Amino acid sequence: MPDWLHIAIPPAPLLFAQLLVGLINGAFYAMLSLGLAVIFGLLNIINFTHGAQYMLGAFCAWFLLSWLGLGYWPSLIIAPIVVGAAGIVMERLFLRRIAKLDHIYGLLLTFGLALIIEGAFRQAYGSSGQPYVIPPELQGAQNLGFMFLPTYRAWVIGASLVICLATWFVIERTRLGAYLRAATENPVLVQALGINVPRLVTLTYGGGVALAALAGVLAAPIYQVRPQMGSEIIIVVFAVVVIGGMGSIMGAIISGFALGLIEGMTKVFYPEASNTVIFMIMALVLLVKPAGLFGRAA
Amino acid sequence: MRIARLAAIAAALTVATAAQAQITQDTVKIGVLADMSSLYADLGGSGSVEAAKMAVADFGGTVGGKKIEIVSADHQNKPDTGAAIARQWFDQDGVDMITDLTTSSVALAVQEVARAKNKVILVSGAASSDLTGKACAPTSVHWTYDTVALANGTGAAVVKAGGDSWFFITADYAFGHALERDTSAVVKANGGKVLGDVKVPLNTADFSSYLLQAQASKAKIVGLANAGGDTINSIKQAAEFGIVAGGQKLAGLLVFLSDIHSLGLQTAQGLQLTESFYWDMNDETRAWSKRFFEKTKREPTMNQAGVYGAVTAYLNAVKAVNSVDGPTVMKKMKATPINDFMTKNGHIREDGTLVRDMYLFEVKKPSESKGPWDYYKLIATIPGEEAYKRPNGNECPLVKG
Repeated sequence: MPDWLHIAIPPAPLLFAQLLVGLINGAFYAMLSLGLAVIFGLLNIINFTHGAQYMLGAFCAWFLLSWLGLGYWPSLIIAPIVVGAAGIVMERLFLRRIAKLDHIYGLLLTFGLALIIEGAFRQAYGSSGQPYVIPPELQGAQNLGFMFLPTYRAWVIGASLVICLATWFVIERTRLGAYLRAATENPVLVQALGINVPRLVTLTYGGGVALAALAGVLAAPIYQVRPQMGSEIIIVVFAVVVIGGMGSIMGAIISGFALGLIEGMTKVFYPEASNTVIFMIMALVLLVKPAGLFGRAA
Repeated sequence: MRIARLAAIAAALTVATAAQAQITQDTVKIGVLADMSSLYADLGGSGSVEAAKMAVADFGGTVGGKKIEIVSADHQNKPDTGAAIARQWFDQDGVDMITDLTTSSVALAVQEVARAKNKVILVSGAASSDLTGKACAPTSVHWTYDTVALANGTGAAVVKAGGDSWFFITADYAFGHALERDTSAVVKANGGKVLGDVKVPLNTADFSSYLLQAQASKAKIVGLANAGGDTINSIKQAAEFGIVAGGQKLAGLLVFLSDIHSLGLQTAQGLQLTESFYWDMNDETRAWSKRFFEKTKREPTMNQAGVYGAVTAYLNAVKAVNSVDGPTVMKKMKATPINDFMTKNGHIREDGTLVRDMYLFEVKKPSESKGPWDYYKLIATIPGEEAYKRPNGNECPLVKG
């Protein structure tokens, strides 16, 4: 085989390994875009604070560890609750007041809040990040023959799949989910049936935020816990949501994983384009299907 | 008659001004142009502003009877933003000198602005040796370190220790390209070979794909031609994917103290790196760093220490020639040896390189460290002439031959 062919076509084991790595990144995209899709689909808020809330989740885990000595496993429960509660306060204080206004106001408000949160953390903790080690139970790696798969990464894929499917199930297949969807369609009628719609909306926002924080805790041991971690990923996640179809839960999950894979392949064949490929796909999808791959046309 | 007389006086004044090239404005302004908010903010950023302020305060706050003022801005690692700020500073805001200039692509862009306007820039944070190579400018100095010195430090040390086959993970912009190029040259000159490379976009969170490519290359050494947050992520994730456990070694080609602080010694121990400054080297460095720490709650990086040295040397030259005229000040600076708390017997070469000793450090084991910021042990001192020697000569038009 000539030399250039070796470079153009990586050997099969390496390709498998790259697919798996792409899947891991896809797991983060899926979890984050899931929260965004829930919030947009049910509340009609374009939540630009989502990245900051993801960062808060990671920082919360770090606070719990360095201040209270609480490790990874308690953080996995506590951090989403704390950050979700902060989200609820934010919804009560700010978002509720602009619920009836155009989308653009919500976008500006959440974007502004994201900048404030990120700036405050950068001021307090610097930009290069805090160390957070992988919990001892998940250290080490499995040799799969074609690659060395870190145990923690395998855990991330598993955890993310479970979280995604559970969320989808709650919203699409349970009575609570039915109330939520009904409240989105016609809040007045649902309220007339005796359901507290404002509370439902608040709790849904809190739930979406908690999902972001959970992703943040999962990310803490492999990426740096640092203020910019959210703003770096949020733009990509928005592209994922747009590709999947704004507000479509399953669309967010599938396109999250799929785009992780595509990005992974780009890193092998043309790494220079790896941070633009998702946006090129977004542009293409918008041209062909403006409502996104799984979205319903408005 | 009257008009003619006025014109003559005006002409005389102009001539006098030109001859003396005095400081015409009310203040001498120094601009700190840095990454204030992104992946390089901790190695320069507000710490560099603080270092510049310390230099001004130590100088006495005035030069030639004029107040010294510090201004600062965030270039966001974008060359166009950096160049636009530099242009505004020079043209409208009366800035006389710009320093820090972390991020090579920004520094190269600002250097072109400075060249066109004959203004002084003292680059501390950027690394690319092109600043004093093919893009060299008569009124700029590359102060703290460059990619040639890093290659001659870490690169040469690693090859001599048996690391003779390399794979590069390279930040895909001016800096990464220069660092890979200069290190490759040193590797080859020492009998090693380069098996491959991968160019990674700046500010990447996940390096696992690139690390797997490095693993597949079977190179003995994975050279990290990146910096700041990118280096931190690479090293952290390399541990996860068993790069080191699998027998390959990492070579961090540009690692700052702030990166080690963020990584923690558990992950970073044993890493060799080249710097021009470490706070805990002697009484002088400790004394200065203590003052810096009191203001910022962090130990200084070499970039921040370099900003202090650069501002001090600039003010000394301005005082000596009583002028802020770029070429005049630069002539004086190039004729004056540099001696401060971090630089001993440094001199500015004609191409704009500050030639100074560099140090090869090794990161301590957790058991060797007394606490936060106690991270390095000195392995070797590389004399300036050796550290800044370009293996393939210099393309800078300012130097002949």
